[in-house]
Amino acid sequence: MKKIKLIKIAHGRSGDKGNAANIGIIAYDEKGYTIIKKYLTAQKVKKHFKGICLGKVERFELPNIRALNFLLHDTLGGGGTVSLKHDAQGKTLAAALLRMELEIKD
Amino acid sequence: MKKKIRIASGQGFWGDLIDAPYHQVTKGDIDYLVMDYLAEVTMSILQKQKNKNPNLGYAKDIPELLRKILPIANSKGIKIITNGGGVNPQACAEACLKVARELNIKSLKIGIIIGDNIKDNLDEIIASGYDLKNMDTGESIKKIKDKLLSANVYFGAFPIVEALQGGADIVITGRTTDTGLTLAPMIHEFGWFENQYDLLAAGTVAGHVLECGAQASGGNFLGDWKSIRNMSEIGFPIAEVLPNGEIIITKHSGTGGRVSFDTVAEQLVYEIGNPKEYITPDCVADFTSIKLQDLGKDRVKVYDIKGREATNFYKVSCSYSDGYSAVGTLTYSWPEALTKAKYGDKILRQRLKNLNLRFDEIRTEFVGYNACHETLSPQLSEDKINEIMLRVAVRSHDYDSVERFGKEIAPLILTGPPSVTGFAGGRPKPNEVVAYWPALIPKKLVTPKVEILEI
Repeated sequence: MKKIKLIKIAHGRSGDKGNAANIGIIAYDEKGYTIIKKYLTAQKVKKHFKGICLGKVERFELPNIRALNFLLHDTLGGGGTVSLKHDAQGKTLAAALLRMELEIKD
Repeated sequence: MKKKIRIASGQGFWGDLIDAPYHQVTKGDIDYLVMDYLAEVTMSILQKQKNKNPNLGYAKDIPELLRKILPIANSKGIKIITNGGGVNPQACAEACLKVARELNIKSLKIGIIIGDNIKDNLDEIIASGYDLKNMDTGESIKKIKDKLLSANVYFGAFPIVEALQGGADIVITGRTTDTGLTLAPMIHEFGWFENQYDLLAAGTVAGHVLECGAQASGGNFLGDWKSIRNMSEIGFPIAEVLPNGEIIITKHSGTGGRVSFDTVAEQLVYEIGNPKEYITPDCVADFTSIKLQDLGKDRVKVYDIKGREATNFYKVSCSYSDGYSAVGTLTYSWPEALTKAKYGDKILRQRLKNLNLRFDEIRTEFVGYNACHETLSPQLSEDKINEIMLRVAVRSHDYDSVERFGKEIAPLILTGPPSVTGFAGGRPKPNEVVAYWPALIPKKLVTPKVEILEI
């Protein structure tokens, strides 16, 4: 087993969809995509955002562009103009996900 | 038929770089300039303006912008498409015609798209058995009908196509999808049909890439962002489109920013849900089918896109008044900045409690420590923290409680922890909370109307 920092192999962008946040994560190359496809699961993302994402996490694959899209439900404090959060639109959540370390098999 | 058209993004949101459209029409050749002005909350703001003055309710930047770019666009034959008509495309078009006359432009046709505003027909719609259930919660719109501020249907590309076919040089719409603004010129120029789903999906994807302006050309790029060159003169994206639906995303040469596989990919995944079904009034695009090829020199080919038939529904965006909110901030410095901010928050909350104020939510954040990444923020030792901004936000349906909260921030300076500053701009005032109500409506219940105004 070895640990890989997600920020070393991927980048991404996040935003709002109502009270859900969307986080798109894109691997820099095919090898990176193989890793995130296998190890960056919806459960791991849900656990990472414990206390922040209060709903379920959905995961979608976009293999042609080496990307995964995550929908984090009930995450933005009501969303849009209702939310009292400084980051009411979840703009910094892609960076927050890149804090993650993945444990992968050699 | 043209062999190729170039569609340029001029604005990613209302408040974007004011001169971006000017640079798009002057720094190279384009055929169309498209500008998105409408966020979900914008419609309610515009509706309020129109309620006060029936000649308002649109993006007032547009007539002023035309003063600068219309002579150039007119001489080069560049057509302009925007959804900045808001809740009053008619008034927007008239203001634009006035500018055109002042510029001594002899001939101009402005197409407007109306019919998206269903606020006044809501009773009829509900009576016919459609109660515009909230797409997220399933509740009937009857729950918030009395507090409704605006209700608009999202139209797609086809009404704009009709205006272009009527000879419009400028098309000003109300609530239209961002993607429809970009797709419309393709349908118009290349004669695509309503059942050519792959082509419609290709144009929709191009629209998604352009709709947030420079976010596709190096802005807000989370990859190796420091290597993006000349961001101060960032070029906004341009879609070069062939009749077969092949798209190349690029920007004017000599401008800053970057168009690469990575910058386009980041925009493709922005604010999407299930990528297999990106639903618009024009088609359902499959984002998993999209292929990208980086051709170098700020050119990225977007191809092989698949689409399906559109659904029988339009999306409706409603907004309603849902109480009041206010935000107060104070800044504490070293030493023990975080501890001081936490004390300040505790004192403030106790005072609010003693006053028996009513809040639906009180939220505290420590900017410089955890405001962005919340519980994911690593602990910092106090000695390493130079300063912390205490940010407290409240929300309530009781106006007086929110107003009183605004009066309790400044007193903390003389009655709380030391080395505190940053209270500028007076007491925070209560803002009306405008909440958003997404719903669906059968297409058969709403008809877009196209009108042409001309000199």
